[in-house]
Amino acid sequence: MKKVLGILMAAVMAFSLAACGSTGSESTGTTSEAGQTAEAASTSDIKIGAILVGDETEGYSAAHINGIKEALSNLGLTEDNVIWKYKVAEDSACMDAAEDLVGQGCDIIFANSYGHQTYMVEAAEKYPDVTFVSMTGDFAALTGLDNFKNAFTKVYESRYVSGVVAGMKLKELVESGELTTETQPDSFDADGNIKIGYVGAYNYAEVVSGYTAFFLGVRSVMPNVVMEVMYTNSWFDIDKEGAAAEALIANGCVIIGQHADSTGAPAATEKMLNSGRICYSIGYNIDMLDTAPNAALTSATNVWSVYYTEAIQAAMNGEEVPVDWAKGYEDGAVAITALGSSCAEGTAEKVAEVEAALKDGSLQVFDTSNFTVGGETVTSAPIDLTFYDYSTGSPVALYQGETKEAITDGYFSESTLRSAPYFALRIDGITEDAEPVA
Amino acid sequence: MTKATQTVHEPLLRIAKRDGIPFGKKVLVRAVAILLALVVDALFIFFVTGLNPLAVYGVMYQGTFATPVRISWALRDLATLLCVGIALAPAFKMRFWNIGGEGQVLIGGLATALTMVYLGSSLPAPLLFVAMFVASAAAGALWGFIPAWFKSRWNTNETLFTLMMNYVATSIVACMTNIMRGQASSLGTLNKATKAGWFPVLFGQRYTINIIVVLVLTFAMYAYLKYSKHGYEIAVVGESENTARYAGINVRRVMIRTMIISGAICGLCGFLIVAGKDQTISTTSAGGRGFTAIIVAWLAKFNTFYMALISFLLVFLERGASEIASAYSLNEYAADIITGVILFFILGSEFFINYRVVLRGETHKEGK
Repeated sequence: MKKVLGILMAAVMAFSLAACGSTGSESTGTTSEAGQTAEAASTSDIKIGAILVGDETEGYSAAHINGIKEALSNLGLTEDNVIWKYKVAEDSACMDAAEDLVGQGCDIIFANSYGHQTYMVEAAEKYPDVTFVSMTGDFAALTGLDNFKNAFTKVYESRYVSGVVAGMKLKELVESGELTTETQPDSFDADGNIKIGYVGAYNYAEVVSGYTAFFLGVRSVMPNVVMEVMYTNSWFDIDKEGAAAEALIANGCVIIGQHADSTGAPAATEKMLNSGRICYSIGYNIDMLDTAPNAALTSATNVWSVYYTEAIQAAMNGEEVPVDWAKGYEDGAVAITALGSSCAEGTAEKVAEVEAALKDGSLQVFDTSNFTVGGETVTSAPIDLTFYDYSTGSPVALYQGETKEAITDGYFSESTLRSAPYFALRIDGITEDAEPVA
Repeated sequence: MTKATQTVHEPLLRIAKRDGIPFGKKVLVRAVAILLALVVDALFIFFVTGLNPLAVYGVMYQGTFATPVRISWALRDLATLLCVGIALAPAFKMRFWNIGGEGQVLIGGLATALTMVYLGSSLPAPLLFVAMFVASAAAGALWGFIPAWFKSRWNTNETLFTLMMNYVATSIVACMTNIMRGQASSLGTLNKATKAGWFPVLFGQRYTINIIVVLVLTFAMYAYLKYSKHGYEIAVVGESENTARYAGINVRRVMIRTMIISGAICGLCGFLIVAGKDQTISTTSAGGRGFTAIIVAWLAKFNTFYMALISFLLVFLERGASEIASAYSLNEYAADIITGVILFFILGSEFFINYRVVLRGETHKEGK
């Protein structure tokens, strides 16, 4: 027995020695090979670092991964030009990832989550030769660093268009007599307005800007609507988003919009629709038709490849990457996903018309003639761009910014003073629930 | 009659407890386990992912050793994990199932964060660090004391109690971070402008102090458990409470005292994480280390130096997995399987260290 064991061990040892011996040479072999193929296939030796809060199994990061991959093929680059860092938490792990990417020779490094920003700025201070981009961040312009950037799409434009899709559906439901005070009485308030709902992640400007745009889109088609917003206090919580959607539908909401990353709300809406309730869903980020084939109308989405192409190209050419990048329909940076089969007739034509108006600038989402605050038309909206630290209870300015007027030419100009949204007016017709969903 | 006894069926394999095992053989069993794990992994890598297993192992090794800074990060992560392990060791040696390391770390981290935010501008740096240290240790100690007191008083189940305390701590941290972030989208680093309460940079890294503190703790806890009267009492209580009582040991007092120490060191770990590593607090600051450290403490049989080795192994595997995922654009789950197999074999090897397999017909020639 001992002999057998001895022979076995010797064999394993020998194998392992061989394995260890060849490991080193093997791996250097592949790296140099990879280097050669990169030179052969790729038109540039630029190194791009991607710090992602999730991986391809999570919708938000998946959209960024696809955006970067598309940008690569647009620019004639290959995946050898990118180093991916998946599932990087919003703590010192982000700083580690950034330093590691710098160490591996990256020229430009993107981090895709807002919470990465305070770590990215530290990395930018430490490595002035590398460009750092904090996607969805909001203080790059204030730091005075010329290698620290922010970018965000004008996603509120696509939310407006998705609102138009929902409005068309409401109009059809009412005109066909399917939705009346008799068929679904709790969907109308005391003044006869139709109730719609919105599942929001957190109570701050990015979400407020989005749901207001969505609401204005609905109201551009159906003037008599009111909206209830319920928060989940999480960017990704499938159970809470589902629970919020169910609660909103129970309160009478006919349309459920969302600014949260999971499929929870469309799935819940589909379930309620199939049980005989009149309710439809507008998603975010990804096409929700797989989740909710009957209830999903469309989703508002970002086309990140437009930004990544522009930024990477600038970095390749040694030009400056924009400090505050924000683009929308005009440049194809936002869109809505394919229209579901439940959409009202004529939706596609209406969408095309609205999209064209957004592109040529004849339509402004936050036109002050379309909304009121406290019954009054808004004529002035000063925006304080300063980045504050609130942790002690009283705001302390970390990066001092100017206070600028956002209302120009009769509309609230979103994403022009900086890329991250700042529309935080609470307009009439929308109520936010004080308590987040349980 | 004699025939009847001879026909008793003897199983092909029998498991027998080992009386003891020489050090060299122990090392050999573990080495074989690792090699077998690598072979199994190689099959997985080759057939499932289609990659070259040797290249993958090379990448895994580079996850920790590619650059000096990666080695220093691995040391930092090792120190953090080991610190929780050191904290849990006395409790588990006493057979007090402290599943609450996670919550004790979090509450210590929160106490640190609150101290550095609210006293950051009013206290001079040395005093601030003292305040943060005291606050974190006190908060962690409190989180350890509560279940111990209930156990000693009403014999509540400490496993469930400490586990519940984790959820309480997580919720308090979630609530406080939500208040502290104000109108910002996330909390970000604390005291970003003043850097008050951030450990100073030593030898190029802020976490150098973390490593030093944990190094000191490693020696201190080893000595405490092995040479002090307290350590002896812990060992006796862990072996048998009745024996301890018979010997005149106040079991209640030992239990409460040990859990206060355990919780305080966990709290201190929270302090190191906030001041030396993250400069912020979140519900994920402890990152599951409160649970992983249980494996560390048990595998090492509460010997803090072995604990350092096992912590290193776990950190190496974790860093290797994420490097594999990054290098090959693999899903991290696939990388986790690769490291999971290695961990499985190492845990499995403990079985063969404690027991031996006896083949049919083999007599008890070694069983003396």
